[in-house]
Amino acid sequence: MSKEVRLYDLAKVLRSKNAGPFELTLDIIFDDQESYETVKRSNVINRDLVCRLYRVRPEEVYHVVSFDAARAIKITIRRPVDSGGIGDTDVYGAQQHAPLIDVMIPVGG
Amino acid sequence: MKEMRILSPCGLLGYGFPDASFNKGLERNPDVIAVDAGSTDAGPQKLGAGVGIVSRQATKKDLLPILTAGQERNIPVIIGSAGGAGARTHVEWSMDVVEEIVRERGFSFETAVIYADVDRDYLHQKLDENRIEPLGPVPDLTHAAIDDAVRVVGQMGSEPIIDALDHGAQLIVAGRAYDPAPFAALPIRSGFDPGLALHLGKILECGALCAEPGTTKDAILGYLRDDHFIVEALNDSRKCYTTSVAAHTLYEKGHPYILHGPGIELDLSECTFEQQTEGTVKVSRSRVRATEKYAIKLEGSSQVAFRTIVIAGVRDPILIENIDEITRGVVSQIRDDYREVPQSDYEILFHIYGKNAVMGRLEPDGKPGHEIGVLMEVVASTQELANAVCATARSTMLHYPYAGRKSTAGNLAFPYSPSDIQCGPVYKFTVYHLVEVEDPCELFRTEYRKLG
Repeated sequence: MSKEVRLYDLAKVLRSKNAGPFELTLDIIFDDQESYETVKRSNVINRDLVCRLYRVRPEEVYHVVSFDAARAIKITIRRPVDSGGIGDTDVYGAQQHAPLIDVMIPVGG
Repeated sequence: MKEMRILSPCGLLGYGFPDASFNKGLERNPDVIAVDAGSTDAGPQKLGAGVGIVSRQATKKDLLPILTAGQERNIPVIIGSAGGAGARTHVEWSMDVVEEIVRERGFSFETAVIYADVDRDYLHQKLDENRIEPLGPVPDLTHAAIDDAVRVVGQMGSEPIIDALDHGAQLIVAGRAYDPAPFAALPIRSGFDPGLALHLGKILECGALCAEPGTTKDAILGYLRDDHFIVEALNDSRKCYTTSVAAHTLYEKGHPYILHGPGIELDLSECTFEQQTEGTVKVSRSRVRATEKYAIKLEGSSQVAFRTIVIAGVRDPILIENIDEITRGVVSQIRDDYREVPQSDYEILFHIYGKNAVMGRLEPDGKPGHEIGVLMEVVASTQELANAVCATARSTMLHYPYAGRKSTAGNLAFPYSPSDIQCGPVYKFTVYHLVEVEDPCELFRTEYRKLG
């Protein structure tokens, strides 16, 4: 029986931050190889998901890329509003990871 | 084996660090103390208004042990992005603190002050020559944007700092700099591998954020060798792990292993992170490539509006349930009250804490808590208009009627009187571009001063 686990529970680090004033970067980092491989292989974290969760167009998703040496997946998107601009809600972009929390990852088989 | 030891006291000058960690770093006989003092993270207001990220008092508190160690040990002290945004006004603000310490303590330093402000005529000329391009999702630069910017800085690479070291500077106070540059300058000058030096600099510039538990308020030490470097946390309660150091490599960068800097591209795709001892991590195979053209990042900030805000709480459940309808009603009431003012002259924004203030329209939950915080924000073309609209909107919301209302005496719990907070000018990064240069130092002006 396969089951699903929240990304928030699998990841050691789930964070967001400015990458400059116009981009937002989201890091998903794992402290064990198995969780990293599970999430990477599931291919749940992809451009379509990012477009849906962050309401950006595909061309506004600059990177969805994994980095084996850090057991990390990085997503970089256009910031909805530039940092400190009128209408911005998070100048450092430090609390924009919430839409990823409940992403479900199939585990086991 | 060649080795150079680089001490980073904290992640941002003025954030503070424990004496014990810094002293432990000094016991390791560092060859240089370097510290990053800036960031664009605090938004365009720092550059636009010419203000710092930290207080003068906090800066002085941090600088005192750093300058003392530099003086006593006769090792270089290098400060990058002085004063936060690293423009002339920020550099001078930092130098004022440095000079005060030098006077009080009787120190003496051969000092280099490197200004990063970019001349408007230079920018106009570069724009005409087609040598300025947007960095990321920003519009093409225009002559009007150059003129409108309060100030523009260029982000220096290691070269102007190396040049200052060549001139015998012991203390270098640099304006806006690529974060790793102050850490990498001395090692690159001494012939160490620039890829390793810059990668190490990228890790050290945030202080102990690469350790666990991570913080910017603590010291960290890097040992740079021929074909690797080692990162060591200096506080017994923190350890560097392969995961924490690797994680920090990709911190606040768009791509995890291709990192861009002035004239360079770091390629960390082949990097290895190994646990050296308990708490120290060894990193190898960081590579750097010189870019085909040498480009420097420009940052410029313009004043775009004025802001006034009100903070209030709401506890009534019916009111909370109807909050969106109420805020929409307040806005339309204000539009009517100020019908003689063009609508484009002002904007009213509501941030409803406890519901969706952090994520806005991206909030996946949005179910409000038992109480909510209302941050009402008015941005307008003048401060006077922002104040006026904010005051009217506040009183309108305080007494706004809605269906099923039971708490008829007032809708808002203000924590303060006066309730309205004037925030002053609002800024925007209107210059965020790359300029192609002939010489990595051409934008930067270095002044040599003998202090003390």
